[in-house]
Amino acid sequence: MTITKDAPERSLKDLEGDVHPDWCPGCGDFGVLKSLKEAILELNIPSHEVLVVSGIGCSSNLPGFIHAYGVHSLHGRSLPVATGALLANHKLHVIAVGGDGDGYGIGVGHFLHSMRRNLNLTYIVMDNEIYGLTTGQTSPTTTTGHKTKSTPKGNVEHPIQPLALAIAAGATFVARGFSANQKQLTDLMVKAIAHKGFSLIDVFSPCVTFNKINTYQWFKERVYNLDEEKGYDTTDLHAAIAKSLEWGDRIPIGKLYETERPVYEDTEPLFRKGPLVDQKLGLDRKVFADLLAETM
Amino acid sequence: MATEITVGIAGAAGDGLDRVGDTLARAAARLGLHVFTYNSYQSLIRGGHTWLRLRIGEEKVSNHGDRLDALIALNQDSIERHVPELSAGGAVLYNTKLECDPDLLPKGVRAVPLPVADLTKPLGKLPPVMQNTAALGALLHLFGLDVEVAAEILHETFRHKGDEVIHQNVGTLRAGYDHALKAEKPLAFKWKFARKRRPVVTGNQMIALGAAAAGCKLYSAYPMSPASSILHWLASHSEKVGIAVKQAEDELAVVNIAIGAGHAGVRAMCATSGGGFALMTEALGMAGMIEAPVVVVNVMRGGPSTGLPTKTEQGDLNQALGASQGDFPRMIVAPRDAKDCYDATVEAFNIAEVFQLPVILLSDLYLAEHRSTLDADAVSPDVKIERGEWATKADGNGRFQRFKITKSGISPRAKPGTPGLMHIAGTDDHDERGILISDEHTNAAIRRKMHEKRMRKMDEVLKRLPAPKLEGPAKAKVTLVGWGSTWGVLDEAAARLAKEGIPTNLLHIKYLYPFHEREVREILSTCEKTIVVEANFTGQLARHLRAETGFAAHHVVTRYDGEPLDPAYVVGRVKECVANKAHDLRVQEAEAREMAYHYSRIHLHDEARPVRVLERAKSAHGEPVFEVDLVSRKGKEPRGKLVIGRETGAVHAFETMEKGA
Repeated sequence: MTITKDAPERSLKDLEGDVHPDWCPGCGDFGVLKSLKEAILELNIPSHEVLVVSGIGCSSNLPGFIHAYGVHSLHGRSLPVATGALLANHKLHVIAVGGDGDGYGIGVGHFLHSMRRNLNLTYIVMDNEIYGLTTGQTSPTTTTGHKTKSTPKGNVEHPIQPLALAIAAGATFVARGFSANQKQLTDLMVKAIAHKGFSLIDVFSPCVTFNKINTYQWFKERVYNLDEEKGYDTTDLHAAIAKSLEWGDRIPIGKLYETERPVYEDTEPLFRKGPLVDQKLGLDRKVFADLLAETM
Repeated sequence: MATEITVGIAGAAGDGLDRVGDTLARAAARLGLHVFTYNSYQSLIRGGHTWLRLRIGEEKVSNHGDRLDALIALNQDSIERHVPELSAGGAVLYNTKLECDPDLLPKGVRAVPLPVADLTKPLGKLPPVMQNTAALGALLHLFGLDVEVAAEILHETFRHKGDEVIHQNVGTLRAGYDHALKAEKPLAFKWKFARKRRPVVTGNQMIALGAAAAGCKLYSAYPMSPASSILHWLASHSEKVGIAVKQAEDELAVVNIAIGAGHAGVRAMCATSGGGFALMTEALGMAGMIEAPVVVVNVMRGGPSTGLPTKTEQGDLNQALGASQGDFPRMIVAPRDAKDCYDATVEAFNIAEVFQLPVILLSDLYLAEHRSTLDADAVSPDVKIERGEWATKADGNGRFQRFKITKSGISPRAKPGTPGLMHIAGTDDHDERGILISDEHTNAAIRRKMHEKRMRKMDEVLKRLPAPKLEGPAKAKVTLVGWGSTWGVLDEAAARLAKEGIPTNLLHIKYLYPFHEREVREILSTCEKTIVVEANFTGQLARHLRAETGFAAHHVVTRYDGEPLDPAYVVGRVKECVANKAHDLRVQEAEAREMAYHYSRIHLHDEARPVRVLERAKSAHGEPVFEVDLVSRKGKEPRGKLVIGRETGAVHAFETMEKGA
């Protein structure tokens, strides 16, 4: 990924969007937004080279709160929209954002296949284990037994394991953050955006209104920092899978896995001539005549 | 009169009739003749019944027609099914391994058995599909076509497989030709060959080529018949035409990828059939709302649901009109023939970009898969590419107003990556800057003006599009009204009706939305008798006409059995309308026979075939019935009697006559 060095000095304020975030006071998504802005500053990426694509949900309102290009797309479709934009212009820094319902529920098909494709984009999931914007129904990451509006007797389904899925599907950078650990989260975002290939950061981002179980306190009591764990090898696939399934009293946060694989963009011969968006349109007469001749 | 023949090639999937059909079509096209082919096949990779027709003429042929002069039958089934359709003066060609019952032969039709094994013995052991090539050779002699051109095409086709394969193929072709030369007098067909090569193309190829000429840069797709050949053509020509091709996990991804690319500033297209289109609909509304260009092709097939995967229908007009929630600007265009597929695709990209909206191109299996000749200069790469209005600098207090309210409704776009034009494109309704007006910021006034701005674009689109015009005589007794792929059939049917004493003209509608409501109403109100003809059950165009113009057609002729309309069918139905005679929806004798073939395949291991069909006015089943006698293919002993209700089409009974049963 090319990082522009000569952009003028900016502050977090320069990256503020037109609108003040409409999240509930105390929402975990504030921390995610701040870390994303910090990461963009640290990597010195000009605002106009950033395209933030979201789906639908509380967290998917994020593109409106950051000064960059943004698409606030359909529920579950942030990744294909991001993919299309990236294929059109692979010089852009494309960052997809959204919630657990958006990415692991309605959009889970795109989630798996986008990772398999190893596009050079970053996907940040604000995971609050609940549907917030629709006022508190069970989500794909809701823990078993959790009583929600749609599961008054408790959720009977097993929660999805996004990090294990990501590693299995071929994501080349897989991490988990916690929005209350701002410094680590920013660091993970810097690494994820700089990583060449598909990077996933699942962020514990508590919903203070509709999830009374997975609170800041609940996470604080359980999370431990994998980045500081001696001997943990982030290139070890099997170790990463084991860590990705760890849940309960101890839950790892940090970078679980990173590997190198050719990115999709490098395998597309047409991209050798530069981004599609800059290429000439139409057919010249010789090519056209050849194509018609094939049919004669 | 101009010379014309229709050749039928029938067999099972896997018999290789595509190849022989291709050779014949291209040979005729190289001779400067016009060709129109249609393959009626089933969703099977092997087996079943495949029925390829090639209509070849000195003058332009606009559809597959409704007659049969020559038949190459590759299996027994095909002899039995199609020999009775042959016209006097024609011939059936078949391997001597098969039998042609003389009772089947219509008067004046010649049976030409070919001892393929003996003829090709000198060429060594050959794969069974080579019998087609021998039959083609014989056919070229019988019908006065040029064997050298066909040999030249086989040379080119098999060049990459080496000399031996070329030798086998050309040798087999010549063996069939030489045999016929000695054994058969040519039939009475005299040709004038212009010897000017013509391209032979499908509608799908022309959509792909049109996209390339229009500057499409990204094509995304999920495989679905009958749209897949666009994917195949573009994938195999990707580098040559500069279009990146992405097969994605489903149609949801496909359309969102195309819209994402359109938003980022490239021309993007995707194609599918009705089922895939249904999955795409939510995103069409997104394209309308975020004002991103996208071209979505729906190559219709028989519905509903999985429906008839390999059969044609015009059943998705309602779906295209109603796709996605709410009102948003869209255009729906339905090309009439292969050349029009090219033109309509180029235009679709221009409209999509200039007006920043989704364009739906409605094609169908008939248009997508039939092959027809073009005049070489019918299409050109020198097409007008209009990219619409683009912003270069911000206005509005230094912050770019992506959705600026303008008189035309068009707001200049910005390519992501351009300094100073950052903005949000949101699917929630929004203000000029792109800031959401949903949730706590809801603002009825802004909503109203933004909605009006978007919808205003439809007026501008309509102004650009040419209104439909009556084709044929200005005054007529009957006016046919159609849309899309049926143009060639309706055009020929109108001419035939005129010849038969019913002066007929045609109003064929290409732009279905936005609709030339005033112009169409004016035309139709002057017509004596209007008959809408379309390939669906409910008469979707007829309904659209009523909705847009308040005009109710006098008659609606529909066909929904999966087979394409043909001139004879339309002429027959129109005559019924003129005579105010209700169309007979009862099972017809030919249909009873087809049902018997199906019964034999499913329940009798395909070992029996229908022979005699008797109608009984009274039966124990509460309706008149057809009794279809089935005999075994080998030995011809009776196998049983199939009883089919004439009104309901129910198979009431199979009375077996097998020994011991």
